[in-house]
Amino acid sequence: MTPVPIPAGRVKTLKIDGRDVSGYENQTILEIARENNIHIPTLCNLEGLDDIGACRLCLVEIKGLARLLPACVTRVQEGMEVLTDTERLRRHRRMVIELLLSERNHVCAVCVSNGHCELQSLAQTLGVNHVHVPYRYPRMAVDATHGRFGVDHNRCILCTRCVRVCDQIEGAHTWDVAGRGVEAMIISDLKQDWGASATCTSCGKCVQVCPTGALFVKGKAVGEMTKQREFLPYLTLMREGEK
Amino acid sequence: MSRTITIDPLTRIEGHARITLHLGPDGQVSDALFHVTQFRGFEKFVEGRPFHEMPSIMARICGICPVSHLVASAKACDELLAVRIPHTAIQLRRLMNIGQIVQSHALNFFHLSSPDLLLGFDSDPATRNIFGVLAKRPDLARDGIRLRQFGQQVIEWLGKERIHPAWIVAGGVSSPLTAAVRDRILAAIPEARQIAHRTMDWFKRSLENYREETRTFGNFPSLFLGLVGPDGELEHYDGRLRFVDATGEKVADGIENADYASVIGEAVEPWSYLKFPYYKPTGYPEGMYRVGPLARLNVCDRIGTPEADAELAEFRELGRGAVLSSFHYHFARLVEVIYGIEMIEQILNDPEILSTHVRAEAGPNARRGIGISEAPRGLLIHDYTIDEQGLMRGANLIIATGHNNLAMSRGILQVARRYVDGNNLKEGMLNRVEAVIRAFDPCLSCSTHAAGKMPMRIELFDADGRKVNEVMRQP
Repeated sequence: MTPVPIPAGRVKTLKIDGRDVSGYENQTILEIARENNIHIPTLCNLEGLDDIGACRLCLVEIKGLARLLPACVTRVQEGMEVLTDTERLRRHRRMVIELLLSERNHVCAVCVSNGHCELQSLAQTLGVNHVHVPYRYPRMAVDATHGRFGVDHNRCILCTRCVRVCDQIEGAHTWDVAGRGVEAMIISDLKQDWGASATCTSCGKCVQVCPTGALFVKGKAVGEMTKQREFLPYLTLMREGEK
Repeated sequence: MSRTITIDPLTRIEGHARITLHLGPDGQVSDALFHVTQFRGFEKFVEGRPFHEMPSIMARICGICPVSHLVASAKACDELLAVRIPHTAIQLRRLMNIGQIVQSHALNFFHLSSPDLLLGFDSDPATRNIFGVLAKRPDLARDGIRLRQFGQQVIEWLGKERIHPAWIVAGGVSSPLTAAVRDRILAAIPEARQIAHRTMDWFKRSLENYREETRTFGNFPSLFLGLVGPDGELEHYDGRLRFVDATGEKVADGIENADYASVIGEAVEPWSYLKFPYYKPTGYPEGMYRVGPLARLNVCDRIGTPEADAELAEFRELGRGAVLSSFHYHFARLVEVIYGIEMIEQILNDPEILSTHVRAEAGPNARRGIGISEAPRGLLIHDYTIDEQGLMRGANLIIATGHNNLAMSRGILQVARRYVDGNNLKEGMLNRVEAVIRAFDPCLSCSTHAAGKMPMRIELFDADGRKVNEVMRQP
């Protein structure tokens, strides 16, 4: 029988939203919150992939600290008092979503992922009913050169889940990020057409982990692109068992 | 001294428009222009999108007839896939399309036009609306609401949403019909059928009262264009193009989708965002033709369902050759409602209607696809070009209201000449000008592929461009 790996380290006790909770010292606030059914919104995080703290939706308040910290990459400490749902955080999260929506062309009504999109459902649960910053409306292309899949940069939020799953799970590292700031783009290989990629194994993991309609299976009509992500934790668990 | 009257905005139609009437020195109308003042740009911004998204994107052209755009768009996409879609998928698309024709016709007849018909063209504009109808003839208003609801529910039960269902897709439909939904629609048919016949009878009885309107509401010779089935029967989903002239003679028949551009040209005028399609062999602007319910009944040899065929026989009595008065769009609309209800029943009794094989899957196999169907307001053409990856390279849309553009302007001129006296401008005169537009049931949002709502203003200008009179109304 494969031994179940136990996180090493000492146990820490802390408060999240006033509740006494505990966890190992190498665990993150997000992990402990989830273990205790405390919901913190996330977007770039995905169980089975390394965390990068990029989307800033999981920011939490920690007593005694002026700045906000991302729960996905902040380790628990003894005596920490964490707040996950304050007006300040809600305002922040709404702003994050608004900025994501304004950065590219997210037209939910005619998107293949309409109704199954993490960005869309977060906007709904966080009460984003208006975007208070001007839309940028960048001119973005769709790469449909791959035989089975397409990438629509209009819908991409640069969460890099595709980059990480391709690198860490599939081991192909077809995807990467090019450019800086608002110019940043997900690229395949050395900014070639996806269909011309020599490294892509066409496994489709990137499509399944993409939170929006940016990566999609070709031939899907509006609202038909549902994603299957259950495979990831199993894959990770099995890999760990092999070590 | 010549003057101009502007009607801006027009009311109780779908979209934004303005009418200008030019008066001669005698104060009588010398010319009329129908300006469509909205602009949208669907043909441009779909460029670069995967064609599988087209049905849902194009459906956004209109909230009244999204299903028409779904159907025409999906048919164009079927051609891009180069597949023959399953029989059940065709029947289900037909079903939804007819559901929409019933609801849209009910909307035009009861909500938009019945205030004029029932309360009078000169009645107080404050009550000349569906609420006025509700006060005077609650039974009629209720019938209108119920009939529209029936059509809307057919759409909703099939596609989960009343407006913009994403159910009609390239290659077929996204989910099969269930027995429960079939039975619900069947159960709703008797009431809809009663309403349709009751309304038809009332309208026929009251036709006498509109003898003058019938004579002058866009009553002129023109060509008519519509789809007909393989045996010349009324057809809304598939079929071939047929033109007939004012005498009812066929001038072009059996025209395939791919050849539409050989018979339809599009002209542009600087004073409207709406293009002016014309019958190419005759040229512009002489090649004026009409589409929609009136045209469909004029071009078909028969309807193909018993109750509607009986009404068609009466309709044909209204004219020698083709029925020419645009006022009879109302008559034709009611005949189509009766047909629609019969067809819905017929389709639901198709033994294969519950088949779960409702979609053909394929990649892009052709570079160009043309989808043509009949929307409530007339012939609808979606013409797409894609690249080898299936991304849109170009789209050309010709919408029902566009086809009628020349005829609407002509109809306005005729009504304005008969009713508008520039020396003594009255609201009721201008309402008749609007009413002729309403008879065509234009959808300007669709036709310019644009959006908006429509309050109305009529302005009278003298030869020096000075405004001398104005009639204004809010929607």
